[in-house]
Amino acid sequence: MKIAIPVNNESENPDIAESLGRAPFYMVYDTETKTSKTIYNPAQDSPSGAGVKAAQTIVDTGAKILLTIRCGDKAFEVLDGAGVELMEGFVGTAKENIDAYLGGKMSKLETIHAGHHGHGA
Amino acid sequence: MKIAVLSGKGGTGKTMVSVNLATVAAPSVYVDCDVEEPNGHLYLKPENVEREAVEVLIPRSNPDKCNGCTECVRFCRFNALAYTLDRLKVFPEMCHSCGGCKVICPQKAITEFPRTVGYVESGQSGDIKIHTGIMNIGEVAGIPIIDRLSEKIPEAGNVFVDCPPGSSCSVMESIKDADFCVLVSEPTVFGAHNLNMVAELVRTFEKPFGVILNKDIGGERNPSEEYCLKNNIDIIGRIPFDRKLGLLSSEARIAVAEDSHFKKLFSEILDNIKEAAQ
Amino acid sequence: MKQLLILSGKGGTGKTTVAGAMIRLSQVRACADCDVDAPNLHLIMKYEGEGIRSDYFGLPKAFINENVCTMCGLCSEMCRFNAVDVNEKTTVNQFACEGCGLCEAICPVDAIEMRATVAGDLRLFDDIEKGVFSTAQLRMGNGTSGLLVTQVKNQLKKAAADAEFAIIDGSPGIGCPVIASMTGADTVLVVTEPSMSGFSDMTRILDTAKGLRAETAVCVNKADLNPEITDRIRTYCKERKVPYVGEIPYDPLAVKAVNDGLTIADVNCPAGDAVREIFEKVMKIFEGGRK
Repeated sequence: MKIAIPVNNESENPDIAESLGRAPFYMVYDTETKTSKTIYNPAQDSPSGAGVKAAQTIVDTGAKILLTIRCGDKAFEVLDGAGVELMEGFVGTAKENIDAYLGGKMSKLETIHAGHHGHGA
Repeated sequence: MKIAVLSGKGGTGKTMVSVNLATVAAPSVYVDCDVEEPNGHLYLKPENVEREAVEVLIPRSNPDKCNGCTECVRFCRFNALAYTLDRLKVFPEMCHSCGGCKVICPQKAITEFPRTVGYVESGQSGDIKIHTGIMNIGEVAGIPIIDRLSEKIPEAGNVFVDCPPGSSCSVMESIKDADFCVLVSEPTVFGAHNLNMVAELVRTFEKPFGVILNKDIGGERNPSEEYCLKNNIDIIGRIPFDRKLGLLSSEARIAVAEDSHFKKLFSEILDNIKEAAQ
Repeated sequence: MKQLLILSGKGGTGKTTVAGAMIRLSQVRACADCDVDAPNLHLIMKYEGEGIRSDYFGLPKAFINENVCTMCGLCSEMCRFNAVDVNEKTTVNQFACEGCGLCEAICPVDAIEMRATVAGDLRLFDDIEKGVFSTAQLRMGNGTSGLLVTQVKNQLKKAAADAEFAIIDGSPGIGCPVIASMTGADTVLVVTEPSMSGFSDMTRILDTAKGLRAETAVCVNKADLNPEITDRIRTYCKERKVPYVGEIPYDPLAVKAVNDGLTIADVNCPAGDAVREIFEKVMKIFEGGRK
């Protein structure tokens, strides 16, 4: 099973990113191989619809679990529609979040915030 | 004559000025293009309101024809499309209705259908005809609503267009047909800075314009006034700070209809506008 | 970095005036102006020089390569924004172009290219004495975007990495840029005014902040201009258990202070006294931390 986390950099154990759509990278951890890889988030510089594009990127990695501090309604619709389960991450490193999740110490993300997205022009 | 009322930011008194001018100029037409937050109708309280929907086209995919190539998802620069579990998902609020996905789809799987993004309400209050553009909450496409409002503007008569604040493209759309622009500004360094931005916009479109100095405090320095003097901009009105005007306006009441002092003030400003617009 | 964010909903409530006073009173070493449509905070921050400027790119716009264009007019016909004109040559109205890229995709001779265009300017000021200040200004004809707000905050975080806390003048309205400003905010101070629209925007911001789990507090500026609506705001906050941290009276001396390049905390005036009290209360909530 693959777990995705929005992160701030490409290091081995980066901090979780506060924003989902505008996170610079996503770390994808594979519980079977116990390895992780970090992918670039192409949506971070998108003037319009970063949440949707970011969610598409996460879905395309094949991750079925997402650990995140927050999530907008449109990104949620994409993720939920693809069967990705959202768990409520906390400020800390990616590893701390993964350990908490695997240890059963993480609850589902309850609040999905409204988007009200603006056009770029 | 079509007069557009603008301001660099919200809260300068743009709507207060528009409705009071429309009232002293009656018979007149008041058009509210501040579609995100149309407040003019709160003052004017139109009756016999007729409402028409403003629609835009958004895409829909036929799952029998779609083969999941996701070319449309990659094409859409507004990120209004996503593809998950063998289905195309459309986010209507993100869509700019460019029609591109339909054109480029190799399978011809996309069709378009109309979707309501807001309304234009038209009504009457005494001698004033009122057209209000209202954008649905969560929507972003103000321009189609402003375009519909433009169609309502008569060729003749006194027309007042209450524009959105700032200097975005929806402001440009709102002043398209204006004969004269009125810029409302506050007596602070903030006000002067924002005034500069709107002045640049109306100059770009080569519209004649003048400034109303609102909330003016007599005897104090007024940076907006200094800006006008320095740049040779006509000051077509001064509205001194007045607690009574503030109170009436905070309750969405029309000052010129309740107080002869304000009636005189706004009538003079209207005369100045007419003269400047000649 | 802990963040105190100041928001207002509707414009003209005095958000920047209050933000300026908070910055002065707290002697914070990191601040930002996320009101990218009409930034004003720099006018009272008084940094010398122009700062370090960088470009903000919005959506790309269409450009015609005249050497290749055959003037077939297909782009003009297909463009839903009426942005392309074919007369003596093919031209794109840069204000009307929304950057969809359809013309580029359909041009039979590949004469159209979508190019990144500068939609705004970011500025970063760094002063040994005053600390770091990040701001931006959108160019005419460009709508606010959460992206620019995020970039303003990112450059602040980078330049002031060791600052313990930051004060941020937020975006107006209630849309996407406001949500972008709220990202990472620990406490949101809503500066409202006693009017119908001020009240209604305040309630919408409080609802959004709740979804993002930031602490909130409310103060009313120009409270004496309509005491009845001020009462209603106070009651609303009490019922919702939102800390109501004070009222600032309308004060001509506040206007004068701002025009003299001072904050209202710098002068002895009724508005200054009120903002000092509000500051104490807000800092208590802010230091209490996040939900």
